[in-house]
This record gives sequence, C-alpha cells and structure tokens, in this order.
Amino acid sequence: MFLRKIISAGLILASGQVWAEWELGGLSGLENRYFLQDAAYSGQERMQVSLFIEPELYTEWNDGIDSLVVKPFVRLDQQDSERTHGDIRELVWLHVGDNWESRVGVSKVFWGQTESLHLVDIINQTDAVESLDGEDKLGQPMVNLRVFGDWGTVSGFLLPYFRERTFAGTDGRLRPPLPIDADAALYESDDEQQHLDYALRWQNSIGDWEVGVSYFDGTTREPELLFLAQNSESVTPYYAQVEQFGLDVLKVQGAWLLKLETIHRRGQSEDFTALVAGFERTSVGVFDTSHDLGVLMEYQFDERTDNFFANGQNDLMLGLRWVFNDLDGTEVLAGYVQDLDELATYSGFVEASSRMSDQWRWKLDAYFLSSDDETDTYFYLRRDDHIQLTLEYFF
Amino acid sequence: MGKYCASWSACLILLALMTGNLVRADDAQTEGLRIAQERKARDRGWDNSVAEMTMILRNAQGQEATRDMRVNTLEVRDDGDKALTIFDSPKDVSGTAFLSFSHASEPDEQWIYLPALKRVKRIASRNKSGPFMGSEFAFEDMTSFEVEKFSYRFIRDDQFNGDDVYVIEQVPQDEFSGYSRQLVWIDKAHYRVRKAEFFDRKGAALKILEFEDYELYIGKYWRPKTSYMFNLQTNKSTKLVTHSLEFKVGLDESDFDKNSLRRAR
Repeated sequence: MFLRKIISAGLILASGQVWAEWELGGLSGLENRYFLQDAAYSGQERMQVSLFIEPELYTEWNDGIDSLVVKPFVRLDQQDSERTHGDIRELVWLHVGDNWESRVGVSKVFWGQTESLHLVDIINQTDAVESLDGEDKLGQPMVNLRVFGDWGTVSGFLLPYFRERTFAGTDGRLRPPLPIDADAALYESDDEQQHLDYALRWQNSIGDWEVGVSYFDGTTREPELLFLAQNSESVTPYYAQVEQFGLDVLKVQGAWLLKLETIHRRGQSEDFTALVAGFERTSVGVFDTSHDLGVLMEYQFDERTDNFFANGQNDLMLGLRWVFNDLDGTEVLAGYVQDLDELATYSGFVEASSRMSDQWRWKLDAYFLSSDDETDTYFYLRRDDHIQLTLEYFF
Repeated sequence: MGKYCASWSACLILLALMTGNLVRADDAQTEGLRIAQERKARDRGWDNSVAEMTMILRNAQGQEATRDMRVNTLEVRDDGDKALTIFDSPKDVSGTAFLSFSHASEPDEQWIYLPALKRVKRIASRNKSGPFMGSEFAFEDMTSFEVEKFSYRFIRDDQFNGDDVYVIEQVPQDEFSGYSRQLVWIDKAHYRVRKAEFFDRKGAALKILEFEDYELYIGKYWRPKTSYMFNLQTNKSTKLVTHSLEFKVGLDESDFDKNSLRRAR
C-alpha cells in the first residue's frame, strides 16, 4: 500500500496460488523509569530500564475482503522478571461482508467514552505491568461477529480462553507490600482459564449522541485479592464469575463533549454499581496561537469500599489536554484525581510527547500518588511516584 | 421629508439614488448566488473518489514536515459530502483515520479512529476553525463546498493569471466559522476556484489559498493538483499535493461508517 514497506514474504495462498504481500510496520522503544523516592519494600530499585518491540504484519486477499494481522509484543525489563514478558496482541483473521464482519483469532476491542476510567471496557484483560493507566491490554482469543445497519452495530463475542492480569513481581515497584502472584490465580469456575465467556454490545450514533449498551457473562477481568495464609509471601488473585451490564453515552453539545459510563456487576463478593461522568471542552486557537486546549472533568463513583482496584469511589478528575498543532505534533495531557472522602488521597499524571523525526518520538510520563489512609491502594504505592522517559521508534 | 430635502424634486432624486443603490446591492447578491450555484452545479454527479495526497507543512523558520494520506470521498445529494481520511505518515500517526459527514446547514459530524487503542472517538465539530493535522488548513477548509454554507455578494470582474474571473464575497452562515468573510476568485470559463482570501473574525486578512494545475477528470470534473495555503499572520504555509485521483470507484454509504473507520488501513 501507499508509501509502506511491502514485503513479498512468498506466502502461497491455497485459494488462488497468488503471492500474498505482507506489510511490516510496528513500534519499538527504550523506556527509562526513575522513581523519585526510595522504595517502600525490600528488593525494589529506583531505576528501571526496559526495551520493547511490537511489530505488526498485515496481509489481505480477495480484494481486501479477507485480511490477517499478526502483532506480537515483547518487553525486556532490567529489574522485574514479571515485567519481562511477551504477548500475542493480535493474530486475527477479518472477513468483511456487506453488512457484517467477523473476526476470528486473538484481537483487541475498546468499548466506552470516558477518559479517566474505562468501566465498560471488559473484553480484553489489562496488561497491568505495562503502565499505571491500565490502557495496555493483552490479546484476547475470540470469535466476534458484527452486524450493522441504520439501527447501529450489534457485536457478539465468544471468548474461549481467559487471560490472567499481569502484576509486578517482587523486584518491581508499583505493587502492594506483598507481590500479587499472577500465576497462582484461583477461579470460581472449575473450567478456570478454559471457561467460555460471551458478550453482546449494541452501539449507534444518533444525531449528536453516541450510545452503547453492553452485556458480559463470564470470568471477571478485575480480580479480588486473597491473603491465603498468615505467613504467605504473596497475594493471590481470585477471578469470580460475573455478569456485567454496561451503558456508555456521549453527547456533542457545541464545543462540549458530555460523557458517561456506568456498569452494574454481579457475582463478585459484592454486587455493585459504578459510574464515571463528566465533560471535555476544547477551545481552538487559544492565546492567539494555533494551539488547542481541552479542559476535562470527570466524577468517579463506585459502590465498593474495599477493592484494591476500585479507586474511583467518590473521586473527581480534573485534566488539561494541550495540543500544540506544530510540525512535531507536540501534545501534553495532565490530570489530577482527588478523593472526595479522604483529602490526603490523590494522584496526578502528566503525559507529554513530541516527534523528533518521521520515525522517532519522545514521550515523558510522570505519575504521582499519595494517601495517608492505610487501607487505600495509593497508600501501598505512596513511594512509587515516578518519571518515565520513552524513546519510541516507528517502522 | 421636507426637513432633509430642499424641494420635492430633490427628494425624488435622492429617493431614486437610494433605491438605485439598493437595487444594485440586491443585484450583487443575486449574481454572487448565481455564480456559487453554477460552481456547485458544474461539480455534481462525480459520485465518489479516491485520492492519494501529501501535505507539506512549513513553519515561519522554513522547517518542513510532510503528512501522507489517502482520502475517500462520497458525494451526498442535497447535503455535504462524506469523507474518510487515512494517514500513512508520519509513522506515529500511521493508521489513524478520520471520518466526517459534512452538512449543508446542520453542524458536521466527525469521528477519529486511534489504532493503538482501537478506539473510535467522536469529535466536537464546532471546533471547525482548528487546524487539520497541524496544517494551515482548518477543518472547515477540508469539507465540501455547499451553497447553503454562505451568503454571497458579487464584487467585481477581474483577471487571474490571464483568465477572466468573477470575484465574489462569501460570508459563512455558521457563527462558529473561524472566518468573518472570504473573497473567492472563480474563473468564468469553468467556474473553478482559482484563489481565495480568508479574513479572521476581527476582519483582518488571515490566509490566502491558491489552486494550481487544474486537471480534467472523466471529461467533466476539474480538480487542482496543488493547493497552497499561506497564513499572512504567522507566515506558515501548507501545500497540499494530489498524487493520484480516481472517480466512480464503486464506494457507497457502507464505506463511510464507523465500522469502515475501524477497518481503515
């Protein structure tokens, strides 16, 4: 395709004996994390260097009606053997019909509208060792059928294999006092990782509205943490069987985007409802420049009181998205999340990036976490403020 | 009346002059509208198109950056067109795709697809005066020309590069446009836009757009090979070069929805 490296990999397709062309692209990077304080737990270091690569191979046949994407991922981490890991992000065959499409294989799906939390998004497991923002996901094996028309898109999923969430090991930062032993996971279902999950979603654009309704039945992506024995040296993740109902809505209101996501989940130790709602308002050409400035505000609510991963119980996120519109595509996103119940519990982040050349980009991320409340997740991570500089190479 | 005119005959002369001016202003609007309608009429029926383009961005210091993209467009009768733009370079935005439904009188609808997150995001289209991909083209400059988007006034006959042209003034009907008005040079032979001058909300000259190397496609539709936008206030410029353009390639509505946006590559 246009201006892309085209590699004739010499694959002979059974169908037409044609030489399929493979396109190669991808991303690799060198990341350097520096923690601002001495570690809270023994075995942890202040400096953490790592390398990653995520190549992507693509081919299509039948005039693009069928295509295949292969996208492996590997990270090598200097300190944490749990963060040194590999994954198949995608290995998926896409077939496109007139008003339907199917995806079979390992793939990634995103559901939702809000920025500070992704409550509705449940298909893919979080690759939690990758980043604190939870936006990196593990590849999910699936059979997915999408059917679309004027009434929107209905998407059905069969998910035959469960992916366990990744967690920092003993030598890694950003963990509770005892590391979470990802491999020792316990399941409610006797089928464990072989449990067949399914999900259904309808999404449509109706004038100024974007509306999504979703249902999931299967193994929860967000484990509960068990402390099995007094002298145990790790914490055990427990994956219950859940049902989750989700609703996500966006309304365009002039320069404002109003966003809402809410879920109700049944089957874990307590049934609960969670919600995140807010707005993003963008001004263009601020201060007589060509810069765009977006202001974000989102309120987070969660009925759960003692879940390690449910931090947005009664919290308010304030954010700024600053897009320079310069040659280098410079962008800065900064946010601050305040717990409204415990004033000493808050977190902040800055994500900045800019292009150095057509293929190189630098990225600077910083995270700050604070809490005085010994039962709060951020109390365990209170000494893990860090700055992360990444050099990314796109090929 | 007597208070302003010395005599009845003077009053009649004054009245005649005033209405004469009114009639002439009215004529200028009618003529402006006629030219705009003819411009649109001559560009109907192309159905759909696929183009490969490069944007060359240049800042005031003379540094340059390029953006490669493919643009699929669907003509929509009696409304604005639909367009799907897929970016190929720079590499970090490769695979990012932008879907827009422009409308004649309603606000446009726009979505962007971010491949790394597999996320389709709705965009607030009111920010139409913002730059498209960091270029000197605003989002509103990239949408299709629709007669209903402006009010018109014929200014003068003129010449542009030796060709006879009409110069007309267009005033955007949308209060959220970044422009107070535009002056447009349209040639009399083919009703092609040859040049446009944009004025900001304060009325100051902002940008000049020139179209070069018009080519005729399928015997009927003129398209410029190069569009050159120069910002008079910042000295930044953007050159948009079309490498290839094909019409009537069989695209339909289903190639311009969020599912096709997600599949775009």
